[in-house]
Amino acid sequence: MSSTKAARIGEEVWKTRIDKVNAELVTLTYGSIVAQLCKDYEGDYMEVNKQLDKMGYNIGLRLIEDFLAKTNTGRCINFRDTAETISKIGFKVFLNITPTVTNWATDNKQFSLVFEENPLADFVELPDDGRAQNELWYSNILCGVLRGALEMVQMQVDAHFTSDVLRGNETTEMRVSLIRIIDDELPPGDD
Amino acid sequence: LSSSSLDLLLIELVPLAKRMAEQLATNDGPLEDEEKREAMFFRLEQLGYRVGQGLVERFSRERPRMVETLDVIKFICKDIWMIVFRKQIDNLKTNHRGVYVLTDNSFRPFSRMSVEAGGNAVLRAQPFLWFPCGIVRGALANMGVNASVQAETNDIPTAIFKIETTGAKAA
Repeated sequence: MSSTKAARIGEEVWKTRIDKVNAELVTLTYGSIVAQLCKDYEGDYMEVNKQLDKMGYNIGLRLIEDFLAKTNTGRCINFRDTAETISKIGFKVFLNITPTVTNWATDNKQFSLVFEENPLADFVELPDDGRAQNELWYSNILCGVLRGALEMVQMQVDAHFTSDVLRGNETTEMRVSLIRIIDDELPPGDD
Repeated sequence: LSSSSLDLLLIELVPLAKRMAEQLATNDGPLEDEEKREAMFFRLEQLGYRVGQGLVERFSRERPRMVETLDVIKFICKDIWMIVFRKQIDNLKTNHRGVYVLTDNSFRPFSRMSVEAGGNAVLRAQPFLWFPCGIVRGALANMGVNASVQAETNDIPTAIFKIETTGAKAA
């Protein structure tokens, strides 16, 4: 599927088939979750990242069904195709953003998503304790979502953020790497 | 944003709270079921509370100040409910002595739940009411009304919220 076609599908589904909800509500809710986690784990940001990722993973497992039902997308022919679908349709449909797909590895198994905007992180400032800036990945839930959703379509991937404007970086970038295609016979492992 | 994003996020809140309650508790010995529920409730309610406060800050700015408690409650029934659950409260009752009962006949978070006959659906649905409870309490608190909020469901997808205001409205 070409990138423009994916973009068109994403746009169309977003316009016609999606129930909308106030974005600030989602931002607020997510913000509360992160804040609560930070408090409960007393600034153990590694643990917070882990919990967010896990939460995302569980969401991804459910989200993929919703995604397939709404968009009617077929099987992706290769990982490049997958990347376009994630960015132009997946993110568009659920968050109304289209992160840029870029920085392909030469073996076509790794790419980056660069987020120009991120509704989760609107009006966010990280705690000013000198550590959150280096340790907390505020939007880590998105990595989990990708991991969970892709696992349900037989792709085991690793996803993690490599930079975040909240940390003072120039861009917000997530690196996604394909680990392997899961064989049909295998039941999905439960995490 | 897509409403699915929010729905899915909210669904996952409860297991998250449960995991955290369990994990944090193991530091000081295993918990009784009752205590665990308690800890979950507390977390979810706190989360809701923050969200409720935030919502009021954002969405009541352009409105005239609400003087009467009843106005505040109405604001929650209409505006806040609309934002969070995409519908208004179906029924509002009050005894005019500080108790308000809000009934939502098709409570949004329950709309995707399956109810198996004889299952403990009602009991299992309970945790999903705690977060909204917090929202209501947080919203009220930010508009100067101290209250305790309880919610129950007897028949999914109906949810009933009972607000008991305590003390006078702060000046």
